[in-house]
Amino acid sequence: MEVKVDLKSMKHENFKDNEYIEQLVKELREGGTNVVVGVLDDVINWGRSNSLWPLTFATSCCGIEFMSVGAASNDMARFGFEVTRASPRQADFIMVAGTIVHKMAPVLKRLYDQMASPKYVIAVGGCAISGGPFKNSYHVVKGVNEIIPVDVYIPGCPPRPEAMLYGMMQLQRKVKLERFFGGVNKKEKRPEQDK
Amino acid sequence: MSNIYDKIKAIVPEVTIEENGLSMVVVPSEKMPIVASYLSEKESFDSLVALIGNDWGDSLGVVYIIDSTATNERVVLKTSTTDKENPMLYSVVNVWQSADLNEREVYDFYGIRFIGHPDMRRIFLREDWEGYPLRKDYDMSPEANPVPQTNEYNADTTISLQEQPDGTIKEEERVVFAPEDYVVNIGPQHPATHGVMRFRTAIEGETIKKIDPICGYIHRGVEKLAEGLTYPQTLHFTDRLDYLSAHQNRHALCMCIEEAMGIEVPERAKYIRTIMDELSRIGSHLLLYSTLCMDLGSITAFIYGFRDRDKILDIFDDTCGGRLIMNYNKIGGVMADIHPEFVTKVKNFIKYMPKGLAEYHALFSGNIIARNRMEGVGVLSKEDAIKFGIFGPTGRASGWANDVRKLEPYGVYDKVDFEQVVLTEGDTYARYMIRLKEIEQSMHIIEQLIDNIPEGDYAAKTKPIIKLPEGNFFKRVEGARGAFGVYIESKGDKTPYRMKFVSQGLNLIGAVDHITRDSKIADLIAIGGSLDYVIPDIDR
Ligand code: SF4
Repeated sequence: MEVKVDLKSMKHENFKDNEYIEQLVKELREGGTNVVVGVLDDVINWGRSNSLWPLTFATSCCGIEFMSVGAASNDMARFGFEVTRASPRQADFIMVAGTIVHKMAPVLKRLYDQMASPKYVIAVGGCAISGGPFKNSYHVVKGVNEIIPVDVYIPGCPPRPEAMLYGMMQLQRKVKLERFFGGVNKKEKRPEQDK
Repeated sequence: MSNIYDKIKAIVPEVTIEENGLSMVVVPSEKMPIVASYLSEKESFDSLVALIGNDWGDSLGVVYIIDSTATNERVVLKTSTTDKENPMLYSVVNVWQSADLNEREVYDFYGIRFIGHPDMRRIFLREDWEGYPLRKDYDMSPEANPVPQTNEYNADTTISLQEQPDGTIKEEERVVFAPEDYVVNIGPQHPATHGVMRFRTAIEGETIKKIDPICGYIHRGVEKLAEGLTYPQTLHFTDRLDYLSAHQNRHALCMCIEEAMGIEVPERAKYIRTIMDELSRIGSHLLLYSTLCMDLGSITAFIYGFRDRDKILDIFDDTCGGRLIMNYNKIGGVMADIHPEFVTKVKNFIKYMPKGLAEYHALFSGNIIARNRMEGVGVLSKEDAIKFGIFGPTGRASGWANDVRKLEPYGVYDKVDFEQVVLTEGDTYARYMIRLKEIEQSMHIIEQLIDNIPEGDYAAKTKPIIKLPEGNFFKRVEGARGAFGVYIESKGDKTPYRMKFVSQGLNLIGAVDHITRDSKIADLIAIGGSLDYVIPDIDR
């Protein structure tokens, strides 16, 4: 069965090509997907990708822009990111908006651990990606991927709200591609497959 | 200065004066308590503006900048110790309460312990941190302090150094929270702390008994980083400290450098800077309105506030190319001329905004639930505001007229007519109202300037390599939530020897325990929202 990653709110050609997603599609095609469970997956993913709720998490400047994304003029609810959730138990993904410093690192890790699977991470802004302008500091973590796995990176300092929306839609595309039943690319690999 | 210097010299003959940019009165460390209590009791120097630790190679010490609220005089003191193994200085906390967190900061960064300070714990870094990062010989390698993998441990006791009658110093253990205290942990990840602030809160029933604020969850080490960068490179940090007063912060640093170098800023740049400062102030107050109301349950207010704030961000976007972080001021002026549509857009905004304000009042200010939650809650008296060093709108809501725009006019604030809004209630509602009133004043300032931006250069020509003369320089501006100061100590190089950003919010955190004591725990949210702290500005 054909694997599609179309989002209603944005046509496929409007996305800049994403090698990672292409790779996933290729793997899926090669693996072949059963029509029955594939459709089941599609239905589930349609629901999941259109109701991804972020955690209310912000440490600094990027967080304010993220608030803008949630407010009137950008309104991320249009694309299914309906509300931000204050509790990690209820959130689907975490936007790491802002610098993560040494003291905060264990806290962030704990928040991530408290979220229920399937869960995703978006690193927003230079700071979360690499330490940004504070890379040489004694107290700044040089990229959150040192602590937790990252699904989407949104560069910028801070990224514009449009960029954030674009990045969040990339996450939707990724979610659309996941297979729970007939899949070859479940999010978490079995430990023995790692070796 | 000479006057007060003579007076201090009459009390303590050992003091000397150091004229180097700022004139500093150098006080031997053991005489500091006498000088401090003399200044505050006899000379009404009651407001500690800044407390700056420093490492001068062979000695460690502190610079104090103290103002008198009665006469607006300023005195700068300096004291130091040559003992680098076990440095100790006398605390001034019993004279100026706002020294509390500032001295803990100096301990955290330089390892100087203060005799008489009730609570010598680290404030920004974790308790298990190795070394004192702002010392010049600090080991910067990541191996020295790797990213911690374990959860943090917070001791319930602390150390206080007390001088005994025989002159020896004794370490006393003090209790922060007793075993029977019921302590609730609020933050660092809590939607209503406005960032990664953490309050360890002891409660009895629903009543707050004590709050122990813990900072540092966004401590980025900016001051240390700045020591390794050239002056133009340090500018961008200021935008990222208090990102809601980005223009004002950068204005302060630029002015400090310009003043030190003697650069004359063109009039046009001054006008543009002032307009931008006021636009940021409106933007920041709108954000306060939005978030405070949201914390109190009114999501609609949040949407309204952000709708209007976005209009300001659009104006910034046109001219500066950035919405939140603008990087617009530079040494000698501004980066680029204003956008052709700038004037029209600002005028449209000024025309539009009163309607918005009326809407806000209709929506929230008169709401009976909102008023019940804010009126009479978290009262801060004028005396306490001065004691805790609460500048900005929060201090003015308690009746302390402390506006830096009036006290030390910069930009073109001396050319415009505006009223310094001062309320007397000092409660959460006053702190809320004053923001909305200040928006009106800011619009009034912009109205007077927008049509009169003079022609000419928007930036002065500067040398390609910027070097500051040797000396110490200090400059303050009125940020959106307090006075923001920049202190630079230069050795005549391209890079600063010490650059200290005097935070707008640290003193607010220092006063949280006092303001919230015996309130209900739900009021902590309202009070915190009305204090309007921005955590990266506190942690730096
Ligand atoms: S990337 Fe830039 S805007 Fe975002 S948190 Fe870091 S410094 Fe702030």
